[in-house]
Amino acid sequence: MSSGPRIGKDEWVAREGEQRERRSGLLGGIARAQARTPWWAFLAVFVVLACLVPVVTSDSYIQRVAFDTTIFMLLALGLNVVVGWGGLLDLGYVAFFGFGAYLYAILGSSQFDIHVPTIVVIPVVTLAGALLGLVVGLPSWRLVGDYLAIVTLFALQIFRSVITNGHDIFGSNVTNGVNGILKVDPLSWFGHALPVSHRGLFNPDYLYVAIGFFVVIYVALRFVNASRTGRAWRALREDPLAATSMGMPIDWLKLMAFAFGAGIAALTGTLTASVNAAVFPDNFDVPQLITIYAMVILGGAGSQAGAIVGAVVVNVMLESLRSPDNSRWVFYIAVLLLLLPVLRSARKYLLLVAATVAFGFAVHAIAGAIDPAWTRGTTPGGGAVGRAIAHWAIVPQSLGSTREASYVLLIAAVLAVVTIRGRWKLVALVPTLYLASFVWENVLGPQPEITRYILLGAILVGVMTTRPAGILGERRVEIV
Amino acid sequence: MTATPTPAGPAGAGAASPTPLLRLDNVDTFYGPIHILQGVTLEVMPGELVSLLGGNASGKSTTLKTALGLVRPRTGTVSIAGEDVTTRTTSYRIAKGLAIVPENRRLFAPMTVLENLEMGAYLHGSPTKEDFERVYTLFPRVYERRSQLAGTLSGGEQQMVAVGRALMCRPRLLLMDEPSMGLAPILVEKSFEIIQQVHEAGVAMLIVEQNANMALSIADRGYVLSTGRIVLQGTAAMLLADDDLKKAYLGR
Repeated sequence: MSSGPRIGKDEWVAREGEQRERRSGLLGGIARAQARTPWWAFLAVFVVLACLVPVVTSDSYIQRVAFDTTIFMLLALGLNVVVGWGGLLDLGYVAFFGFGAYLYAILGSSQFDIHVPTIVVIPVVTLAGALLGLVVGLPSWRLVGDYLAIVTLFALQIFRSVITNGHDIFGSNVTNGVNGILKVDPLSWFGHALPVSHRGLFNPDYLYVAIGFFVVIYVALRFVNASRTGRAWRALREDPLAATSMGMPIDWLKLMAFAFGAGIAALTGTLTASVNAAVFPDNFDVPQLITIYAMVILGGAGSQAGAIVGAVVVNVMLESLRSPDNSRWVFYIAVLLLLLPVLRSARKYLLLVAATVAFGFAVHAIAGAIDPAWTRGTTPGGGAVGRAIAHWAIVPQSLGSTREASYVLLIAAVLAVVTIRGRWKLVALVPTLYLASFVWENVLGPQPEITRYILLGAILVGVMTTRPAGILGERRVEIV
Repeated sequence: MTATPTPAGPAGAGAASPTPLLRLDNVDTFYGPIHILQGVTLEVMPGELVSLLGGNASGKSTTLKTALGLVRPRTGTVSIAGEDVTTRTTSYRIAKGLAIVPENRRLFAPMTVLENLEMGAYLHGSPTKEDFERVYTLFPRVYERRSQLAGTLSGGEQQMVAVGRALMCRPRLLLMDEPSMGLAPILVEKSFEIIQQVHEAGVAMLIVEQNANMALSIADRGYVLSTGRIVLQGTAAMLLADDDLKKAYLGR
């Protein structure tokens, strides 16, 4: 290649790797250390930490959250096979989860008084789920993208219809309809049942079982991904036509991706059914689907570690936002972080924060002087920070119609700030931020069950716009 | 245009002719109601370099797709090394010794060069050292860039990787769809050098091209397609000298 002209040689791309090596500072060091650490070391540390949860805390609620997070990690791993690796938009995924749970419940409860031992029922359910995945995946031979999404979404609707009306299938009560199947058997090991609760508290053994399944699935998928089938899935995701041109049987590969995902989801369903000792139709619906998708996409579709990170972040965040104190922290930190890219200058940033704080105290003092009732209310959650905030933000004793008015005003103010340019933007931001805190303390904060989803959504938007490929997703490179 | 009758088939046809690697026999291909290929018959013998020429929408790419099984002909047969593969899958045909460098190369952009090559070796399990050696000997540049993301390569390098990836299928016959498309003039020449190199390594080739001059200058034989019919065929020298072809495609 020495004979070629010097002009136009793109040596700079060749040095991309060297540039990465030369990255200085803390971040560069972390990136290099991360690249050198083998994957199983991360997995081992993570598993040890997860197993330590019941040792560190005897709080049954936290243990249960850890269990649910592990369930979501399994579901995210399965969905990652279909969506992240195969590139198939499967909106029926939750149906396989529900199918697994229901099949487990039917094979082990007083519904038909069948009690198949765990050691038999788990492989059976997993295989049956995988087979169902093959069938539901068949339309993927002809359909891709949004077309496949809509077809699989209807598969989920069919599943929902069957289980909610399954109290009368050819005259026999199979699923007990909307009331769900109760008294589902716990997991058992050669006749020894694993009780779901100890003296009314969550039995941490279930957490260990779930983590055990997680490790097996994670490692198995790791090998699958490194195999030629895993490689072919990635080829299929990137370019189905090119994959066909390499001789890959893409129809079969699509079905395999569906079957793997469905099998894992069905397996996870058995754990949920056993730990809850019941299954209900509402546990397997679109909200669960969206949550699992959010986990996979936030973590970075295609990355196994990303699916884990996504599951942990989303589920732990949703749980912790149930407390107004936690959600207040998240709200204010999110607002402060959101301002960073808006201002792009440390001086302006500090000025704005200081101005807002001063503005708040001033307004608070004036309002208190006019009518003490305007500042006599209590902030949601209380706590030291909550009480401190009460000296700054206006929290009236009773809101009346200001509740709706403030909300509408805030939206108008945000729209105005977005359109204003230059110095006045900074000026307009001060009352807008103060209004935002008013809305938070009076309207949103007191209703964490609603606002946690709003907050999570806002965080998702923030993370995804700064890292479009997700937290651990591969960087996208387009051929130009 | 009037088709000049030319002696059919490759040189030495008739007396103990070997089995063609690829043969399309009287193939009619439709896209829905649209009749694309109309009675196309074409052969590539082992070790040959054949050019398939034609203007836009003449059915060149469809011919390759039919050969590869991406579309099925309504009538006619496709055979590889004497075996009728008309109803067989693309996978089967590639296992039989076909490979393709698709139009616009279609590399897997977010994957490294090495991973791209591995993809090519799908049908024989894991790629062997010899598979890689063959590609690296032909294109030392590919070896230099093996750990780089394919999407960050220059056009010429991408072309090498695309050819390398197809060679990982261990083809006896390599199909190339518009190798010069989207390349700078200097890279077009480079691209044809690549083709010659691969051909000299013993792989038969069927090249679909718009650049008739370039394609014929390296080919043994050529076919000219026009609205789905073969209107001209013969040795490269004959076609280069043909007046009709000159007027229609070479612009002289």
